[in-house]
Amino acid sequence: MQKRISNLPFSGTPEQEEKLNAIIARHKDEKGAIMPCLQEAQEVYGYLPVEVQTMIARGLGVSLEEVFGVSTFYSQFSLTPKGRYNISVCLGTACYVKGAANVLDAITKNLGIQPEECTPDGLFSLTACRCIGACGLAPVMTINDEVYGRLVPEEVDGILEKYKNGDA
Amino acid sequence: MYRSNVLVCGGTGCTSSNSELIIQRLKEEIKAHGLEKEVNVIRTGCFGLCALGPIMVVYPEGAFYSMVKPDDVPEIVEEHLLKGRIVKRLLYQETVVDDNSVKSLNDTTFYGKQRRIALRNCGVINPENIDEYIAVDGYQALGKVLTEMTPQQVIDIMKASGLRGRGGAGFPTGLKWSFAAANQADQKYVCCNADEGDPGAFMDRSILEGDPHVVLESMAIAGYAIGASQGYIYVRAEYPIAVKRLQIAIDQAHEYGLLGNDIFGTGFNFDIQLRLGAGAFVCGEETALMTSIEGKRGEPRPRPPFPALKGLFQKPTILNNVETWANVTQIILNGPEWFKSIGTERSAGTKVFALGGKIKHTGLVEVPMGTTLREIVEEIGGGVPNGHTFKAAQTGGPSGGCIPASEMDVKIDYDNLLAIGAMMGSGGMIIMDDTTCMVDIAKFFLEFTVDESCGKCTPCRVGTRRLLEILNKITSGNGTLEDIDRLEKLCYYLKENSLCALGQTAPNPVLSTLKYFRDEYIAHVTEKRCPAGVCKALTNYYIDPAKCRGCTLCARNCPVGAITGSVKQPHVIDTQKCIKCGACMEKCKFGAIDKR
Repeated sequence: MQKRISNLPFSGTPEQEEKLNAIIARHKDEKGAIMPCLQEAQEVYGYLPVEVQTMIARGLGVSLEEVFGVSTFYSQFSLTPKGRYNISVCLGTACYVKGAANVLDAITKNLGIQPEECTPDGLFSLTACRCIGACGLAPVMTINDEVYGRLVPEEVDGILEKYKNGDA
Repeated sequence: MYRSNVLVCGGTGCTSSNSELIIQRLKEEIKAHGLEKEVNVIRTGCFGLCALGPIMVVYPEGAFYSMVKPDDVPEIVEEHLLKGRIVKRLLYQETVVDDNSVKSLNDTTFYGKQRRIALRNCGVINPENIDEYIAVDGYQALGKVLTEMTPQQVIDIMKASGLRGRGGAGFPTGLKWSFAAANQADQKYVCCNADEGDPGAFMDRSILEGDPHVVLESMAIAGYAIGASQGYIYVRAEYPIAVKRLQIAIDQAHEYGLLGNDIFGTGFNFDIQLRLGAGAFVCGEETALMTSIEGKRGEPRPRPPFPALKGLFQKPTILNNVETWANVTQIILNGPEWFKSIGTERSAGTKVFALGGKIKHTGLVEVPMGTTLREIVEEIGGGVPNGHTFKAAQTGGPSGGCIPASEMDVKIDYDNLLAIGAMMGSGGMIIMDDTTCMVDIAKFFLEFTVDESCGKCTPCRVGTRRLLEILNKITSGNGTLEDIDRLEKLCYYLKENSLCALGQTAPNPVLSTLKYFRDEYIAHVTEKRCPAGVCKALTNYYIDPAKCRGCTLCARNCPVGAITGSVKQPHVIDTQKCIKCGACMEKCKFGAIDKR
């Protein structure tokens, strides 16, 4: 899978760095520490800018190339920042058969962005994700932790409007 | 003792439709009526009938409430729990008999034909409480193994049971264990594959969410059998509820001395760690999974050496799938003969399927091997909804194939499915109807494998991309008959030359749709027509002059002005201008617009 890499300037805070150092210290002597470190670092920063990956590489005593190899391999790791509301449209088979592609089209039309992109105002980001296992509710999308099931494309505008107005 | 137990489904499906809020409201209402000493609320795992979620069952009556809303809770508490009157309005309608009495869930068509072994505790116990697991004979099999049996006896039982790996390939579990047991090493590992990556499959997740201890117990049994003291569970990070419940289960098992050092005072040590996957389909392949646990890019390794000799951290390792583990304790407790008596001769036991797509009862079903697809779709699944007809069932996800209507009476087991060009796979079963284009579905799976190919070997990295390009050419109306032959030839090349199962099985969706639905491919290239009306480039919108009232609504909504006509006269779509957005069809109040 191709990864988009952010070119926004890094804006990490000292508090975040302190948390990151604690994560590295906790996993340092573990076998296979890179993945847990990246997972927890993404929780702290929301994404994995190269500065964070450099700190992890130094902290674990491995090359940046090795860390970068892992972070670009797995789809869970994001090298671009997410919007305030991250929309994931499930494109698993059950959702696809029930018209998830039309739901995705309706969202891209409304927001003017493609999957893996973020709106210029930083409000929404969009992902086409793998099966989240809620096949009983197909087609499904999630906005942050909120799940919307049994969707039809016509509902999309109304749902997004709620978030734009700050009612959600 | 409580007089009533209220079980609320806490699986991912029902949680997504607000079952947490229902539990919260239940507790509040019960407290408000002063019933908290009489009525117990339990959050369970998945009941299986996800289409009707959120689900709530009240015992001892066994009243099965479906599609419960938080606002229904006060009525259920007031009427049922306080006054003892079942709220019939909210019951799963199939459990209501004509004379107004309620029948048992096991008599409904959805549950009646099922036999639950792997799912036996899902929707029955509270997965976050080890005492409830112990109350249903939990950890008894481990006790029996450690105190009464030798490791060899355990392996012999597993071999005799005929259990085959439920992850998809169907390798005999006992045999796998015996290989790892025979190899000497200072450290061996037992791994659980909970990286359920097939889109449309969710049985492993439901077992982890509904019955996490069974996986821990079975892994400890395997540890004893092969001489391993460390286990790893590799679980998808996308399954937060499963991860949380597994961690709770591990902590509780430690507290009870059922994991850790000197288990049951026998001197046997076994511990389990969780490892979170990060969203890579290839990590469901055994060698890639082990590379990923080692913290690296999850790329597969060539076999041999097989993991039983050199697996995780280069030590002998066995890896089994969640559903396989869920069968182990029952085989130990009930004996291999019992297990062998269920299912078919070469595929013993049951199989869990995640039923999805165009089917009435979406959900999880567990049936004995040898059940026919017709029984699953028409009886248990309740058939295809909205008056459409069954076209095919897709099993095995991106590695599998399609079972067409003509093969609906095949008895489903590992070998029969392979013989008709499909495969068992992990158990995702997506039902498709006449509105599904089979070329489009093959393209959908290829898009998936192109994305998920790890890139290590050329046949898979480049081959899947070339396959997708040919499919795109066909669905965009530019294909030729030679393209179909080229497509088929390339499929066989990929099967023979790819390094791991991902590339070897990636062509299966194409090959099986070519086998059974070649006419659809041919219609796409020769007639430039998509019979199911899915492929946009080949579909045109038309207005039926007999139905059109000339209301002008479609013309006003067309973004490119492709629709013309005067008021109260039938309108016409200029197919040259039309961008096929479908806006007119959505807006038409008379159903006059059709695509074909």
